[in-house]
Amino acid sequence: MTTLTTPAPVVRRRVARTLTYLSLVGASVVVLLPLLVVLLTSLKTERQMADDSGALTLPDSLLNFENYATAFRDGDMLAAFGNTAFILVFAITGTVLIGSMAAYAIDRFTFRFRKLVVALFLVATLVPGVTTQVATFQIVDSFGMFDTLWAPIALYMGTDIVSIYIFLQFVRSIPISLDESARLDGANAFTIYRKIIFPLLKPAIATVVIVKGITVYNDFYIPFLYMPSDDRGVISTSLFRFKGPFGAHWETISAGAVLVILPTLIVFLLLQRFIYNGFMRGATK
Amino acid sequence: MPRTRTTDPSHATEKVARPSAAAPPPPTPRRAPRKVRLWRKLTPWLFLAAPLALLIAFTYAPVANMLAYSFTDWDGVSPELNYTGIDNYIEIFTRPELFRVFFVSGYYLAASAVQIAAALYFATILSFDIRFRNLFKGILFFPYLINGVAIGFVFLYFFQDGGTLDSVLALFGHESDRAWLSTSTSANISLAGVSVWRYMGLNFVLFLGAIQSIPGELYEAAELDGASRWHQFRYIIAPGIRPVLSLSVILSISGSLSVFEIPYIMTGGATGTETFVIQTVKLAFQFNKTGLASAAAVVLLLIILAVTWLQRRLVPDERVDLV
Repeated sequence: MTTLTTPAPVVRRRVARTLTYLSLVGASVVVLLPLLVVLLTSLKTERQMADDSGALTLPDSLLNFENYATAFRDGDMLAAFGNTAFILVFAITGTVLIGSMAAYAIDRFTFRFRKLVVALFLVATLVPGVTTQVATFQIVDSFGMFDTLWAPIALYMGTDIVSIYIFLQFVRSIPISLDESARLDGANAFTIYRKIIFPLLKPAIATVVIVKGITVYNDFYIPFLYMPSDDRGVISTSLFRFKGPFGAHWETISAGAVLVILPTLIVFLLLQRFIYNGFMRGATK
Repeated sequence: MPRTRTTDPSHATEKVARPSAAAPPPPTPRRAPRKVRLWRKLTPWLFLAAPLALLIAFTYAPVANMLAYSFTDWDGVSPELNYTGIDNYIEIFTRPELFRVFFVSGYYLAASAVQIAAALYFATILSFDIRFRNLFKGILFFPYLINGVAIGFVFLYFFQDGGTLDSVLALFGHESDRAWLSTSTSANISLAGVSVWRYMGLNFVLFLGAIQSIPGELYEAAELDGASRWHQFRYIIAPGIRPVLSLSVILSISGSLSVFEIPYIMTGGATGTETFVIQTVKLAFQFNKTGLASAAAVVLLLIILAVTWLQRRLVPDERVDLV
């Protein structure tokens, strides 16, 4: 065994580097291990679960998708994905239209009460939705939207100030000279919004669609509160109902959880850059 | 609506590009016909109609109603209600079992401190040159994107008797068959741990973004002056991310007070893990005490507004104003 004497600072730097990597690997294990165990559990048979071999054992076969079939069929996951998709389409379309219209009106016009309107939107960001549901419930109910898919759609559309903010920043960066040359050609305000502003907002629209999409897909509180019926389940609430009938069937519950996580993982891998930027912009508004 | 003269500054005009703010306003054109002027005044409101209607219906009306309900004994269903003055508020602050839920927030506050420290550490080391940087960044951020119910189930299995955690401990020779969620203290610590696992990634990405927006020349100059990594962190990174840091602290405090999802999904608020919001939801939708629940929600809202206001006073950030 030969030892090479290396100068002290180099040794110290090497130790520091090693420790840095160790901490990163450690953190990755903490993040991934609970998820991997659930993935493994979802591939185990009922018999294997019963013989109590522990959580960290490999399943007998890595291709045992029976639990997924059970979860999908008995857990009404197909209807849940359908309802979620329906809500996503309407809520996102509404958010994009409403946000861009509000941003256009606020940035491109001067009118009486403009400051008041802006203040109304700003103050609303300080009110956490969680606190007001007690009273929101009565309002949603009085519109006759309780236990329909329109309740979450209206709430997602109507309480999203962050999107308006993102659109505002973008509208502001579009030169006003574009509006003016269009107006000289005889375009009115609606035409300018439709033909000039809206198409130029593409990057902002992409950001809002992604951030809003992930938020809506993951939301549990609103569907849980406003859509108690079994056939109005979205992915969150349908998965939550696994708790009862599948009580101790962890292999089925795990399969359901994996089914819900998978689309998120795929979207994340495809759109990483947009997602980071979107959430950054959304949070540091 | 009274007729306004076109020269009246308060009437609606579309924005005009001007060379500078100091430039004199362009001469007003000849008066447009009255109909056209009315249209012009209405235009911004046509665009704002839907956004404002939704904002009022789902944010301001609920807040106003909530305030009104909080002074009554309404059950949310029956047509009759009595004004009870501030009785609901007195009840919240004097009945120990209603007040106790505030102590549960303490666990989450402590967890937030751990979370911000960890996020700061990882953001700092990943802003330097590290192999597999994007992979580590992705792994650390991904939990934030996962559905809350799925996270709840993943960790129910993680903490259960003979589940993931017990198996890992057994690997290290520590035989324990504990149900981690069965006593109040260990359940709350476990749940707070889950919230660190879930939200650390968001803080981390925010810090990373702030660190990367610091100009690179600063580091180079520091390197030339022989500054150590620690000094670079202390004198370049820390001041550069102060606004984002204070924002994270605020989000953490209001988040710790309004924890709902994870404990509700995992324990349903059993074994002393009930949080303020779980209690409010139960009061309103299980026990039909809309009045009391509204008072509780008003208290929470006031606390959150106070914390936000305090942060604005302590750390005035150079916010770009909307107007």
